[in-house]
Amino acid sequence: MLSAFVRVTKQLAVIASLLLMSWAVHAEWEVNMPKGITPISETVYDLHMIIFYICVVIAVIVFGGMFWSIIHHRKSKGHQPANFHESTTVEIIWTAIPLLILVVMAIPATQGVFAMYNSDDSDIDIQVTGYQWKWRYQFIGEDIDYFSVLATPRDQINNQATKGEHYLLEVDEPLVVPIHKKIRFLLTSNDVIHAWWVPELAVKKDAIPGFINESWTYIKEPGTYRGQCAELCGKDHGFMPIVVKAVEESEYQDWLNEKKEQRRLELAKAAAEAEQTWDLNELVTKGQQVYEKNCQACHQPTGEGLPPVFPALKGSAIIKGDIAEHIRVVLHGRTGTAMASYAAQLSDSEIASVVTYERNAWGQNSGDTVQPSDVAELR
Amino acid sequence: MSDTITSSDTLDHHEPHAKGLGRWLFTTNHKDIGTLYLIFSFVMLFIGGGMAFVIRAELFQPGLQFIQPEFFNQMTTMHGLIMVFGVVMPAFVGLANWMVPLMIGAPDMALPRMNNWSFWIMPFAFTMLLSSLFMDGGGPNFGWTFYAPLSTTYAPPSTTFFIFGVHLMGLSSIMGAINIITTVLNMRAPGMTLMKMPMFVWTWLITAFLLIAVMPVLAGCVTMMLMDIHFGTSFFNAAGGGDPVMFQHVFWFFGHPEVYIMILPAFGVVSQIIPAFARKKLFGYHSMVYATASIAILSFIVWAHHMFTVGLPAAAELFFMYSTMLIAVPTGVKVFNWVSTMFKGSMTFEAPMLFSVAFVVLFTIGGLSGLMLSIAPADFQYHDTYFVVAHFHYVLVPGAIFGIIAATYFWIPKWSGYMYNEGLAKVHFWLSFIGLNLTFFPMHFLGLAGMPRRIPDYALQFADFNMITSLGAFLFGTTQLLFLYIVIQCARGKGEPAPQKPWEGAEGLEWTVPSPAPLHTFEQPPKVD
Repeated sequence: MLSAFVRVTKQLAVIASLLLMSWAVHAEWEVNMPKGITPISETVYDLHMIIFYICVVIAVIVFGGMFWSIIHHRKSKGHQPANFHESTTVEIIWTAIPLLILVVMAIPATQGVFAMYNSDDSDIDIQVTGYQWKWRYQFIGEDIDYFSVLATPRDQINNQATKGEHYLLEVDEPLVVPIHKKIRFLLTSNDVIHAWWVPELAVKKDAIPGFINESWTYIKEPGTYRGQCAELCGKDHGFMPIVVKAVEESEYQDWLNEKKEQRRLELAKAAAEAEQTWDLNELVTKGQQVYEKNCQACHQPTGEGLPPVFPALKGSAIIKGDIAEHIRVVLHGRTGTAMASYAAQLSDSEIASVVTYERNAWGQNSGDTVQPSDVAELR
Repeated sequence: MSDTITSSDTLDHHEPHAKGLGRWLFTTNHKDIGTLYLIFSFVMLFIGGGMAFVIRAELFQPGLQFIQPEFFNQMTTMHGLIMVFGVVMPAFVGLANWMVPLMIGAPDMALPRMNNWSFWIMPFAFTMLLSSLFMDGGGPNFGWTFYAPLSTTYAPPSTTFFIFGVHLMGLSSIMGAINIITTVLNMRAPGMTLMKMPMFVWTWLITAFLLIAVMPVLAGCVTMMLMDIHFGTSFFNAAGGGDPVMFQHVFWFFGHPEVYIMILPAFGVVSQIIPAFARKKLFGYHSMVYATASIAILSFIVWAHHMFTVGLPAAAELFFMYSTMLIAVPTGVKVFNWVSTMFKGSMTFEAPMLFSVAFVVLFTIGGLSGLMLSIAPADFQYHDTYFVVAHFHYVLVPGAIFGIIAATYFWIPKWSGYMYNEGLAKVHFWLSFIGLNLTFFPMHFLGLAGMPRRIPDYALQFADFNMITSLGAFLFGTTQLLFLYIVIQCARGKGEPAPQKPWEGAEGLEWTVPSPAPLHTFEQPPKVD
């Protein structure tokens, strides 16, 4: 009994000190919308502040009148109730005045809508595709196409390591864009509905399967801007951040060249790998890396999955059965289920290795090996 | 025969009534059914509230502490579904069952057997819904708005049970609404013209029309889901030529009137209570009726303001922005009328009045943030953040829930025959008031600073406000146990016996019958002049 009391007291003390510490650390409390660094974000911020002040004034008048009555017109003060209970004149007045305020408010709001919708004459077009739970960026007209995935390590999320400064708002490969250019985003999705949102840009648009939505931005200051998926998209909805790195034009060109070179090398490497014949060990080692990056969010590190939506692989017919069928599922996905096609995301050698890994993991040492050429045949 | 109808007391003795469980299972009495609805809603409040506890415990600190993301999603979904369909709606139907016949001088509801059925569907619907939590793959995990294709192609198998549950709730709501409309239009006492009806009856009449209009739309929506899941159709599946955005149009065509279904009866409740405790007639009765009807009509043409970021054409964006802004006008009229009713009154502040005053203040805050949300360009920043969560909790908790609590304190002397403990009720009020503002006010800041809704874990800059919010939620939730205690005390007959009319300034037919109201009232219609 006593020890329980001491334990609770200690926990309370820890919580209290945490509260105090966090107040001390975050001296600056974020209580308002960021003003952002684009013309649209500034327009939105101004609209937000205008409507906020209007609301404050209305609230002060209404609540002022109300509390004045509450203080003065009490029975305990001997106040006698008045008899009035109807007045068409005041009803008309307090219908008309709010209407006028709204009309005044609607003018800048309408201009804001038109500004946001004018995505013409863009300098750069980027297709953004939402996947359960990562973003894919394709630069239209450039040979650039990559995925951007949460970079926060799992042990930080599970409280086994100290959380970093950009906890949950960091990715392996940010979206790099130049400043002072009109950038048009074309948004779509591969599976469920996501929403691409970066508060500093005031860009939020749903990424919907079967639709292509448009949005645009024009960034005025270099910097790193962080956002998140804003539409509930399943289990790891909270774990698909967006990082936009805005840089000077020259730096952007360097990045473009570097990225293209990197992609060329990757493709060449994949092509070389596809020619190669791999032994079991090499396949399993590589396959495990591919699995951790692409498969384990759903099928779990143990291969036990989260059935029935994300079925277990361990002991399943898939990894025990026909190899070609196994490859086909990874390549083309399964319609009507959450299993997506990985044809676009993974190279032949990656699929070969992950299939090999799955057939030799979790206690099933089948010894099956799958070569990139097997995958190429079924692609 | 003649002496049995002159006194309702004697009538009770002569009618054969089932005893024990049978009385409640087979009852066709509006007061018993009202009680059943209210008890059901109270039970669901603690289940839905328990889920809010789980959510807030997980969000107390950054990192995953207690539950995994997939269970977190089930909790947010179920919390929303239960609070909307299991707490607020049944509580208002319960209040309508109890009070509408008493207020219009009718002996019972017009369709008593259907009344019984519409209640008894509910426990089955919710047992089915809750049981899905224990099924393989868990319960619904796609948010209470269940957007396709997350709720179809990517949903757990238990979604079929969810769909059937929603169908049953819809059936119950439609029958309840038909009953209320029929009762109000046909069974008013002589002299009780429509424009003499108490505001609570008016708001419920309008709400009932909303229910009949939109519950079938919801039914259609979930039926299309069912077809997509089991029968190979592609209503919402883009790969098959379907349209995921159509889901949202259909859902919100139901969903927006639905939010008014949850608030209009509360408007009615405070319109009864404020005049009673200000000892002054409701200011602008006629304009209150017209304002309520305007809100109801407008609610059908604003739905896409929930979808500003979905990629609507600019013209649609503007139309829905203007129509949404317009709703502020009749809502404003209502608030101004309540304040004018208080003005130059002779006010006292018993618990029903405290909750009603808090209703006016806090609902207005929720209304004002709603006005902010209507501004389409700004909504691109607010949409799907905690700012929205703050907004709708400000209209639903101090709005709908405070309305229900105020109604309970106001009428429980009539229901139970005993006065509640005023001192405890005041403690209940202040703790609730503090707890709810601690919970929901910081959510505005979180949303503006960029925290998306429905996430189980968050970036470090959101930690402080989340901690405050969680502490507030624990306080608010725990305080409701006090409410339970106060209500149980009344039900058990502990407390002062209530006089026929416990509130000095109260008006209406319900105060002309004894406390507790006998099982049968107004066997002979009262005369209203």
